[in-house]
Amino acid sequence: MNRWMPFEWIAAIRFLKEGRMQTMFITTGIAIGVAVIVFMSAMLAGLQANFIKRVLTSQPQIQLLAPDEVARPLRRGAKEVEAPTIQRPTQRTLSIDQWPKIRDQMQAMPEVTVVSPTVSGSALAVRGDASRAITIIGMDPAVYFKIVRLPDYIVAGEPRVTSDDIIVGTELAKDLGATVGDKLNVEAASGASRVLTITGIVDLGNKGANQRSTYVALRTAQSLLNLIGGVTTIDLTVQDIYAAETLAQQIQASIPVEADSWIKTNAQFFTAVQAQKTTNTLIRLFVGLSVAFGIAAVLVVSVIQRSKDIGILRAMGTSRGQILRIFLIQGGLLGLLGSLFGSAMGAAALVFWHNYARQVDGSELFPLILDRTLFIASAVLATTTGVAAAMAPALRAANLDPVVAIRG
Amino acid sequence: MAEEILTLDKVCKAYNVGTPVETEVLHDIDLALRRSEFLALMGPSGSGKSTLLNIIGLLDRPTSGHLYINGHDTSALGEAELTRLRSHSIGFVFQYHYLISAFTALENVMMPMLVDQGFPTPNVEGRAAKLMEQVGLTSVANNLALNMSGGQQQRVAVARSLAMHPDLVLADEPTGNLDTKSADGVFELMRQVNQQNGTTFLIVTHNMALARRCDRIIELVDGRIHAAGKA
Repeated sequence: MNRWMPFEWIAAIRFLKEGRMQTMFITTGIAIGVAVIVFMSAMLAGLQANFIKRVLTSQPQIQLLAPDEVARPLRRGAKEVEAPTIQRPTQRTLSIDQWPKIRDQMQAMPEVTVVSPTVSGSALAVRGDASRAITIIGMDPAVYFKIVRLPDYIVAGEPRVTSDDIIVGTELAKDLGATVGDKLNVEAASGASRVLTITGIVDLGNKGANQRSTYVALRTAQSLLNLIGGVTTIDLTVQDIYAAETLAQQIQASIPVEADSWIKTNAQFFTAVQAQKTTNTLIRLFVGLSVAFGIAAVLVVSVIQRSKDIGILRAMGTSRGQILRIFLIQGGLLGLLGSLFGSAMGAAALVFWHNYARQVDGSELFPLILDRTLFIASAVLATTTGVAAAMAPALRAANLDPVVAIRG
Repeated sequence: MAEEILTLDKVCKAYNVGTPVETEVLHDIDLALRRSEFLALMGPSGSGKSTLLNIIGLLDRPTSGHLYINGHDTSALGEAELTRLRSHSIGFVFQYHYLISAFTALENVMMPMLVDQGFPTPNVEGRAAKLMEQVGLTSVANNLALNMSGGQQQRVAVARSLAMHPDLVLADEPTGNLDTKSADGVFELMRQVNQQNGTTFLIVTHNMALARRCDRIIELVDGRIHAAGKA
């Protein structure tokens, strides 16, 4: 016997050891449950991280825009409208009013991590006989690349954007038969035009975006779109991506801009992420419940089998509290033991599946995230579940009448 | 006359009290156990021997009457105090020895001290080893409890009952499940402990030959002490 181990621990460990077949089966059961939780959680976290990375590194998390122009009804007097029909006006490309001040305000907000003013509008890219409608995005690469990771998507050339440079999508480059170093004539609706050199070709992972998207320097876009000194949007990234919508609403309520969060603009995607989270939580809950019932069932049987031992221990002066602790410790130990094996099994399954399951292009389906906190949380949760599940059988054991227990 | 270590004063025990099937098992039992006595409790099956033993062992409470241990009334004591008093004053030996199978013989003897002190200190182990020596089982001290003969198990049970230096050992048919030779050995062991340590023994037995070797025989019939006298 270990001299430093209290009586309750000694008894709990001995009882588990003696019933080794039961202990082995229930530990395996718990291990499988924990392995499922670890595997599902880590894989879903990886898939989610992958989706979020793809979505959020190719677009801002909050975008501030100039509010829509609206026609105000002409009134002759109170409650008397002059024109019977009010037509929605066409939306011109407008600069955000007082944008440097708004940018500074945004930079001062602790929730906001990056602020990038941009100018965007439509134009025509002409090369020889070919022409394509494009979206020009004018930006400051120093900050914009922190929001949209264009350098990560470059498939040819480099992410360099000086005043005569342009980065184009792969499909546009193909349509125009252009490659890095070629020149493009960009003509805006305002009549302004510039000849720009292709410095990079990007694959944004979406055919439509690859056909239309072009990136130029902020000043180049301002001059092409006739917005000298103005910006059409202010792009933001935030600390907590899931709080983006709340923050967008706060900004919109305090500043005269329209604020769109990624949650609003990608509502379907966000719903899918939420559904995944809910499914994961439900799987954890039900696996946790089945583990708890398994532990409780084994301990109930153990209490019945050990009723004579309990009786004799009680006759020897063991208190109800000590008997209670012996069975609670058994529950906790089963949970802990199962979670350790389960974590190892889950991690092994995850590594195997990560290496086995690949996307069509051969890249990984999900990043392998073996987060230490997941394993610690699983161990803590399984141990707590074990103790909680042991409560009913432990109370039953503690309340056994020694006379009845000894008599059997 | 030796001092009384345990006194029963008009103890009654009934089951299903207040119901139509109320059964009174013990009726007005008056009994005194003195220090160093070696007593036999006899009686036919159903006479209330086990119930009386459970009440004396503080495992059960009387329906009415009083139980005094060393002059202190136990009827007002709570569950925790009774448990503590039981562990320090009374040792038990049961018919089917009831060693805990998950532990070795030595560890079974350590158990009452372990329960009391919380940790297996060197003193606890030392005392258990000494008791194993006293019952002549040092060579099998590290055997698992169930890997021993019935007689050996019962000797371990006797050693365990003595672990806390109790004033009283209650033995419920300790030889009932043993062959004659082993039964005699266990009985002699208890007698020897009684004489050496001055521990009082109350032994429930159906064996008249063994009972005659006790200091006093108490005979219980239909829940009443029918006779109590010198063996």
